[in-house]
Amino acid sequence: MRFTKDHEWVRLEGDVAVVGITQYAADQLGDVVFVETPEVGKIVSPGDSFAVVESVKAASDVYAPVAGEVVEANTDLGSAPETVNSDPTGAGWFCKIKVADKAQVEALMDQASYDAFLATL
Amino acid sequence: MSSTMNTVGRPTAPNPVDHDYKHPTLTGGRGLLQDEKLIFELDGWDKTGVDLPEPSADGSDLGDLARAAPIGLPGLSEPEAMRHYVRLSQKNHAIDLALYPLGSCTMKHNPRLNEKMARIPGFSDIHPLQPQSTVQGALELMDQLAHWLKTLTGMPAVALSPKAGAHGELCGLMAIRAAHQAKGEHTQRRKVLVPTSAHGTNPATAAFVGYQVVEVAQTDDGRVDVADLAAKLGPDVAAIMVTNPNTCGLFERDILEISRLTHEAGAYFYCDGANFNAIVGRVRPGDLGVDAMHINLHKTFSTPHGGGGPGAGPVVLSEALAPFAPAPWVVDDGKGFKLVEFEEGEADQAFGRLCAFHGQMGMYVRALSYMMSHGSDGLRQVAEDAVLNANYIKARLSDVMSAAFPDGPCMHEALFDDEWLKGTEVTTLDFAKAMIDEGFHPMTMYFPLVVHGAMLIEPTETESKQELDRFIEALRALAGAAKAGDVERFKGAPFHAPLRRLDETRAARAPRLRWTVPEGSNRAAE
Repeated sequence: MRFTKDHEWVRLEGDVAVVGITQYAADQLGDVVFVETPEVGKIVSPGDSFAVVESVKAASDVYAPVAGEVVEANTDLGSAPETVNSDPTGAGWFCKIKVADKAQVEALMDQASYDAFLATL
Repeated sequence: MSSTMNTVGRPTAPNPVDHDYKHPTLTGGRGLLQDEKLIFELDGWDKTGVDLPEPSADGSDLGDLARAAPIGLPGLSEPEAMRHYVRLSQKNHAIDLALYPLGSCTMKHNPRLNEKMARIPGFSDIHPLQPQSTVQGALELMDQLAHWLKTLTGMPAVALSPKAGAHGELCGLMAIRAAHQAKGEHTQRRKVLVPTSAHGTNPATAAFVGYQVVEVAQTDDGRVDVADLAAKLGPDVAAIMVTNPNTCGLFERDILEISRLTHEAGAYFYCDGANFNAIVGRVRPGDLGVDAMHINLHKTFSTPHGGGGPGAGPVVLSEALAPFAPAPWVVDDGKGFKLVEFEEGEADQAFGRLCAFHGQMGMYVRALSYMMSHGSDGLRQVAEDAVLNANYIKARLSDVMSAAFPDGPCMHEALFDDEWLKGTEVTTLDFAKAMIDEGFHPMTMYFPLVVHGAMLIEPTETESKQELDRFIEALRALAGAAKAGDVERFKGAPFHAPLRRLDETRAARAPRLRWTVPEGSNRAAE
């Protein structure tokens, strides 16, 4: 699993990247009450705001960690946004992106670097 | 007969009272404050509260439009209906009850003189479609209000019609877009720069108008980072949106540099006028290089807020944007006042109009009443007293709470962070809820977002030193309790409000937006 400084995680399954927000992000937001996932077919570039996550007190954009095409979105989050809090790196995934360049995923932080990054916050 | 009663049974001396003795009430009432159900849950489904004559034998003229189903309300009598709504109103907080320290909201007293003026039949009983010759007084009032707003801001034009702050922002950005369009630059200028501390409506408005929002960083002392702004300005920027004083309650001291850089880049300077109360009569935004600014009449000029009345957010415009002002506006052609709805030529470039009629007449009357009763010297003192009050609060609380920006004075609001609560297990939210128990409406919490656990207090000029001292003493006492480890007082608060701590998560995740008839009930009151 790889991570961004905006607290998204990416897990590569073949040439498809599963994307979500990290435990740290979920804890910071507090109880998530609304998630807007991207539309299937949307072409994204790294840094594009492509989803929205809302908690009781804050709304936050979620940024595409890699370039590619959205091939699946986790529509279950619409009726069960609390999954983002209970299982952010599992059932709380946001969408799947067919990546254009796997090297972009490799270039992101690994667990150790992400943990080190969190320690600086 | 007891020796403490007289011959008709009246006590002749007060009972000895144990003031510490408390018991829950048998009915759930709190003294004379009664619990109140929803109107649909009240009894009265088998009766009617009014006695109307039988309809005439000619039948009804309503035809197909006659109601087919019962109305679904209990048949309350007038006193029952009155009591229902008055009881509900008693559970609400209002500026007429006490200090309302919500930062960024400017909850000031609405002088009753304003209300008296707004109820003069010549203002309250007119219709926007009346012939203009019959509403000359109303048109003159709009002209006068426009004159005051232009004078106070040092700007040459004003669009009165926007109906709220955010509507004013929309008006300003649409004028900016129209101006870029007139210069043929609208396709290249796609970005609007907004500082991180901005009101949420600023980026929302820019996005709504179709612009890409780019954030501008903030310096450690809570101001716009000018270097970051300069780096982001360019031929692709349409406008910047800056609030001054900003949402941290601080004056943007580089404001002249900000406007110079903006204009050099060919962009326009939109100023969010939500905090105009802090500088009214002292600083003219036109002198700062502002191109467009909305003025929340319900903040700076005391007209009622929110549910207390419709809002109004007139927008003043610079020379460069004046030709793009939306219709209508009032002119005095020497023979009387006229409402201009459309004009050939330059005004052709404008984007049309923002609402069907001319805006919120009642708010215009109240705002002008406030301005004229204060006079120019009085309005200057409004700003001075608002700033003085905020600084008094900041000075008197800084030793027990942590000011977010301790260096130097603040403007009209005092901003604290939650650094001082570290290690107490009490959060900003808990602290705010405990304030309710002490009889004070909480301050704005967790805004601006750039300050951790923010507590933003705006006392306004309404409050006297005595009231501020009462507020300050309550906060000092609570701060002491938090630091002394009295955590229960905060975690469970509010204890004394009509409802206890609400489940905000459930309210957001699974809101019940519709009342439905309970299963099996037979309700048919007409």
